[in-house]
Amino acid sequence: MDIFDKYAQIAGRHDKVLELGTDPFGVRLDEILSATEARVDGRHTILVGTNNYLGLTFDEGAIEAAVEAVRTQGTGTTGSRIANGTYALHRQLEEEFAQFLGRRSCMVFTTGYQANLGMIVGLAGPRDVIYLDADSHASIYDGCRLSGAKVVRFRHNDPEDLDRRLARQQEGEAALVIVEGLYSMLGDVAPIAEFAEVKKKHGAWLMVDEAHSFGVFGERGRGVAEAQGVEEDVDFVVGTFSKSLGGIGGFGASSHPRFDVLRYCSRPYMFTASPNPASIASVRAALARIDCEPGLRGQIWANARQLHEGLAGLGFDLCSPMSPVIAVKMPDEGTAVWAWNRLLELGVYVNLAVPPGTPNGVCLLRCSVSAAHRSQQIEEVLGRFGQLAQELAAARA
Amino acid sequence: MTTTDDTIFREICGLVARFAPAGVQLRPETELASDLNVDSVAAMDLVMEIEDKYEIDIPINQLADMRSLGDLVELVRQQLKDR
Ligand SMILES: Cc1ncc(COP(=O)(O)O)c(C=O)c1O
Repeated sequence: MDIFDKYAQIAGRHDKVLELGTDPFGVRLDEILSATEARVDGRHTILVGTNNYLGLTFDEGAIEAAVEAVRTQGTGTTGSRIANGTYALHRQLEEEFAQFLGRRSCMVFTTGYQANLGMIVGLAGPRDVIYLDADSHASIYDGCRLSGAKVVRFRHNDPEDLDRRLARQQEGEAALVIVEGLYSMLGDVAPIAEFAEVKKKHGAWLMVDEAHSFGVFGERGRGVAEAQGVEEDVDFVVGTFSKSLGGIGGFGASSHPRFDVLRYCSRPYMFTASPNPASIASVRAALARIDCEPGLRGQIWANARQLHEGLAGLGFDLCSPMSPVIAVKMPDEGTAVWAWNRLLELGVYVNLAVPPGTPNGVCLLRCSVSAAHRSQQIEEVLGRFGQLAQELAAARA
Repeated sequence: MTTTDDTIFREICGLVARFAPAGVQLRPETELASDLNVDSVAAMDLVMEIEDKYEIDIPINQLADMRSLGDLVELVRQQLKDR
């Protein structure tokens, strides 16, 4: 038996996708022209699927800080946070994050994925129960599995379902509820205020992953919990540096007085090399800019509105109310793959999202806007979506 | 199978009947994925329906080994017993 036999079915499905054009999971950006443009297959392409929400990947201050850090502190730390991998920079960023979030303490992880693993594994063990939203990101599911905790799934964005399930909880177990702020696939927002009421009623703990909402939601940019005025009720907040902050890495923060025990009890924090100095330095600069420039958020919301209204006007079926993640529903996988290829040919990159990576088996063209998009670029994108709409209609007729 | 198992089995058959291709008999050894084409997304919905019906929570840790209708009945029985 070949060790790869188990992938026969999924590989077959992937082969079918390849017959329709470019490999959606193997797109190569040959030249990065700006935060919103790249050369792909020789074509100038507008990027509308990057998670570069604030467009900070080319922020001058962040670039300079990264260059300075790599020159003075080297290319990598060659060690973990519990050995030789904690530099003054890591600590400074942790303090700045704690202050920005109004939390007692913050831990920096090497990726956002590892932040979820590290937080979940650190917080929940085999005697605990995790209640997670059914639409949670893979990193949350993986963290749950690694924790060894009992894992109960509740219906997406449904506080009443959580309430019913928590009411059935057995005595003597600690309960950790996990939700996200903005969901990355459909672009819908969690009713965190209602979840907070439920968790208080049952004495559970609440962790919110603000991966896609940090820097984007809330008056100060702290996320959906801030926007809903319930940060006090969120016990643990997780986020990533790879989206609005334009870097790589992740964080977990809390005001629990014993939180820092995770520094020597959470294996995904302990047994991996710490982020390199350049990453940390660029994130410090990006965080400082988010802190002092609320106008960045104004721009992304204006761009979100322009794209959302434009796509709705073209008759596309959009999954959620306006947010920087705009998911266009396609009738089936074949159409989704075809439309995704067509947009790429027309010089627009969006994300193709198909089951099982999507909730409820939907097939999506997932768009995300950036504050760095110019209004005219969004017009161009809408023009190409308009062409796509006509071609789809012609194919149906 | 005891009588209660039998009842649970019949009730669960009611819930999965919509997946069954014509001519497939529902038995305890009927496999959800290979015999009934219940994919992972559909299985998730099905489990939630069953949880609602019996007012139980089936931890996802226990779903990994679930293959057949009989396995599903056993999971429900276990949760009803622990309640
Ligand atoms: C909700 C959510 N959490 C965590 C992550 C992981 O972050 P990273 O890609 O920075 O590792 C992602 C995205 O990839 C995400 O969408």
